[in-house]
Amino acid sequence: MLDVGVALFKRPFQLREFLQQAWFIVTVTIVPTALVSIPFGAVIALQIGGLLKQFGAQSFSGSASVLAVVREAGPIATALLIAGAAGSAIAADFGARKIREELDAMMVLGIDPIQRLVVPRVLACMMIAVFLNGLVTIVGVAGGYVFNVVLQGGTPGAYIASFTALAQLPDMYQGMIKALIFGFIAAIVAAYKGMNAKGGPKGVGDAVNEAVVITFVLLFIVNFFISALYLQLVPPKGM
Amino acid sequence: MGTEIAIEGLTKSFGNQLIWKDVTLTLPAGEISVMLGPSGTGKSVLLKTLIGLLKPDEGHIWIEGTDIANCKEKELYEIRKLFGVLFQDGAMFGSMDLYDNVAFPLREHTKKSESEIRNIVMDKMELVGLLGAENKLPGEISGGMRKRAGLARALVLEPEILLVDEPDSGLDPVRTAYLNQLFIDLNAQIDATFLIVTHDINSCRTVPDNIGLLYHKHLAMFGPREMLLSSEEPVVAQFLNAQRVGPIGMSEEKDADELEAEKNIKMPPLPPIPLQITTSNGRPRRAAREPGAWCRENGVTPPPGSFGENVSTAPGAGAEVSA
Repeated sequence: MLDVGVALFKRPFQLREFLQQAWFIVTVTIVPTALVSIPFGAVIALQIGGLLKQFGAQSFSGSASVLAVVREAGPIATALLIAGAAGSAIAADFGARKIREELDAMMVLGIDPIQRLVVPRVLACMMIAVFLNGLVTIVGVAGGYVFNVVLQGGTPGAYIASFTALAQLPDMYQGMIKALIFGFIAAIVAAYKGMNAKGGPKGVGDAVNEAVVITFVLLFIVNFFISALYLQLVPPKGM
Repeated sequence: MGTEIAIEGLTKSFGNQLIWKDVTLTLPAGEISVMLGPSGTGKSVLLKTLIGLLKPDEGHIWIEGTDIANCKEKELYEIRKLFGVLFQDGAMFGSMDLYDNVAFPLREHTKKSESEIRNIVMDKMELVGLLGAENKLPGEISGGMRKRAGLARALVLEPEILLVDEPDSGLDPVRTAYLNQLFIDLNAQIDATFLIVTHDINSCRTVPDNIGLLYHKHLAMFGPREMLLSSEEPVVAQFLNAQRVGPIGMSEEKDADELEAEKNIKMPPLPPIPLQITTSNGRPRRAAREPGAWCRENGVTPPPGSFGENVSTAPGAGAEVSA
């Protein structure tokens, strides 16, 4: 991990590899992300909608839904997909390269695989995580809107107008920073596990499995700490 | 001009399993050396240690004044540019076709234009007989072709040291013979120091200038080809002539009972020493020596019939044991 930190700033930067990887990650994550975020938004809308109705605070349902999606659901859904789709692909790729001695061959050719392969993937993962976070947020809020307005009989105007009642701009930044960190963790864990795969094809399978499980656990823990920290540091918006 | 590799007191173990201990030898600059040993004696580990992929527990490896066993990562990447390495399976990058694979080191390490790269790559592809297969992916070709492509890639940076891991495993005898000839010709052409790890005895009897034998966690012997081929030392004689009589058993070492049982069987006489392969175009090779020169200088009588034109290189001749 320290090696990656150092190699991040080493020249020459592998722009081509970075772009290829970024595109690759987009292709494996974008459709599942969209599909996951619709029910995510909808579930939140359903839960909150029902609850708020009992309080008679229906006009705030848009606001609550935005708050939940932007602060938690967005980064979490991003984390799941980055770890599950991108992380597993990266771990499998590195694992296969490792057992075919490709990584050794690369080192022998005088090329550092961390700089040549890992760094572009880590950066690509971080960038795409932020984009995905945006996508989840938009699709989630839109999904919530549809459910709230169409199924629960909420008023469109109230849903949209209350957006800013509880949510604030730092919520957005916080979500983006979370996504950035999640992307970093997922790529590092996947690359590390893949590069240390051993014992033939079975080792690759094990490495992918471990990478995904470890990333999931780490991401949920890190998410908790960032959320706790954020709630301490940034005062909630007064009403 | 090749580079000398001096290995001093090298020891390596994985956990508490000792691989080899106190290996000391010098690979002379510009000469071809072969490292032999029964399966599982750590020949490949030695090769990987030489390029710094594995760190030895003790000892030094001196190349041009740098100790690769104890130097910094950065120095290691610098010194590796002197090396060309051919891995057992070729280790081609699966996502690139053969052309890109061979061009890879050039694109990463030099500022050559694409047309210059193309010339060099095509030149090396022709050398290993792979013209026409440039656009195939490594997954689409046979193991032998992968190996030859790996050799082409190892050669593009004009290495001063060429390390080769089992060039003949999985190759047919004809291709092996061609490959052996190629090693000799290459050595004459680029003067690099060669280290070939193998257990093909035909190759080892006819190709190298020097032979080393790893056995039972140590270096049993290392020296000029004729010294080992005329040696009566049981381990060396047994291995170089592919016989069952001797200290090497099916699982590493024979136990006392087995050795007792063959106490009265005499080792068959050493077969004649074959001539070393010469370059195909008659170009003189710097490291090549006159046949029998070592034996004469050291007062050793080579086995009868040595250095004749028609010495059979087939291993195991007369190796039958009537027990």
